[in-house]
Amino acid sequence: MGIERHLNDTVHVTNLEWFVNWARKSSMWPLGFGLACCALEMIATFVSRYDLSRFGMEVARPSPRQADLMIVAGTASKKMLPAVLRIYEQMADPKWVIAMGACACTGGIYKNYAVVQGIDRHLPVDVYVPGCPPRPEALLDGILQLHARVMKEQSIRNPRIPRIKTTR
Amino acid sequence: MTNQETIAGKLSERFGPEVIQDTPAFRDQVTAVVARERILDVCRFLRDDPELAFDFLSFVAGVDRYPASPRFEVVYQLYSTTKNHRFRVKVLAPEESDGSASVDSVFRIWPTADWHERETAEMFGITFKGHPDPRKLLLPENWTVHPLRKDFPLEGTEELTPDLP
Repeated sequence: MGIERHLNDTVHVTNLEWFVNWARKSSMWPLGFGLACCALEMIATFVSRYDLSRFGMEVARPSPRQADLMIVAGTASKKMLPAVLRIYEQMADPKWVIAMGACACTGGIYKNYAVVQGIDRHLPVDVYVPGCPPRPEALLDGILQLHARVMKEQSIRNPRIPRIKTTR
Repeated sequence: MTNQETIAGKLSERFGPEVIQDTPAFRDQVTAVVARERILDVCRFLRDDPELAFDFLSFVAGVDRYPASPRFEVVYQLYSTTKNHRFRVKVLAPEESDGSASVDSVFRIWPTADWHERETAEMFGITFKGHPDPRKLLLPENWTVHPLRKDFPLEGTEELTPDLP
């Protein structure tokens, strides 16, 4: 980029899509809610030892209207599912979903009548983080993979319009 | 503190063998098996007798003895906060031809039975006659199944236990 040198490196030339993606992934605010024991590992990821703020994510939003990322941390029971879907619908686009832990991914050990057998039956999951519960490093890795994915999105030409899946 | 055999003896003496059908002991714990029709009388006596004074109902649970007959049991765990003794009362509830079973509600004697009986009712399909608020406690309103029955498929089905109402 020769033009930058002519202006004493005071400007940076890129394309709009890269910039939008970079802005989105650099301040992806997670929604502060947990469903079961995975929430404790998620909290451990937020605090200073693992320090999620390194990735611009330290502000867990209590309001879904200000959040970009839903971390489904834990067992989604069938009684809780309508509330989870309601919260997801209240989040503004663009929004992403991480299924954290075996229960959110597949139902885990709870193969019974009371638990949703994988949150991907109802939500468009972007990244699965398996484990029971996954360690903070695993969640961080999942988040970084999501960031890499966001950087590849065609945010201008082909913006994502996530929709809630209906029951199978 | 009164010995549990003494409590069982006092019950048998007061109500006779038709009502107190059995008093089995297991690991020093005595259970009184009470005739289903007289459970309210027995419970009221246990609460009001000054020597027994069972003023606290710890728990109400259901048991499914499928395929044995009578199929269901309702178990009451009692405690006396003034005498510091415990006792267990049990009622046998046969399954009717339509799959239901029923026991009188002890809500009028111990109001804490409210939620215990609602949970037992939805999980085992046992009706508690005279319960003032017989709604479901934990399960979704639209479910018609009783998950803790032995013949219920643990994983549920899409039709009987759907994810969304």
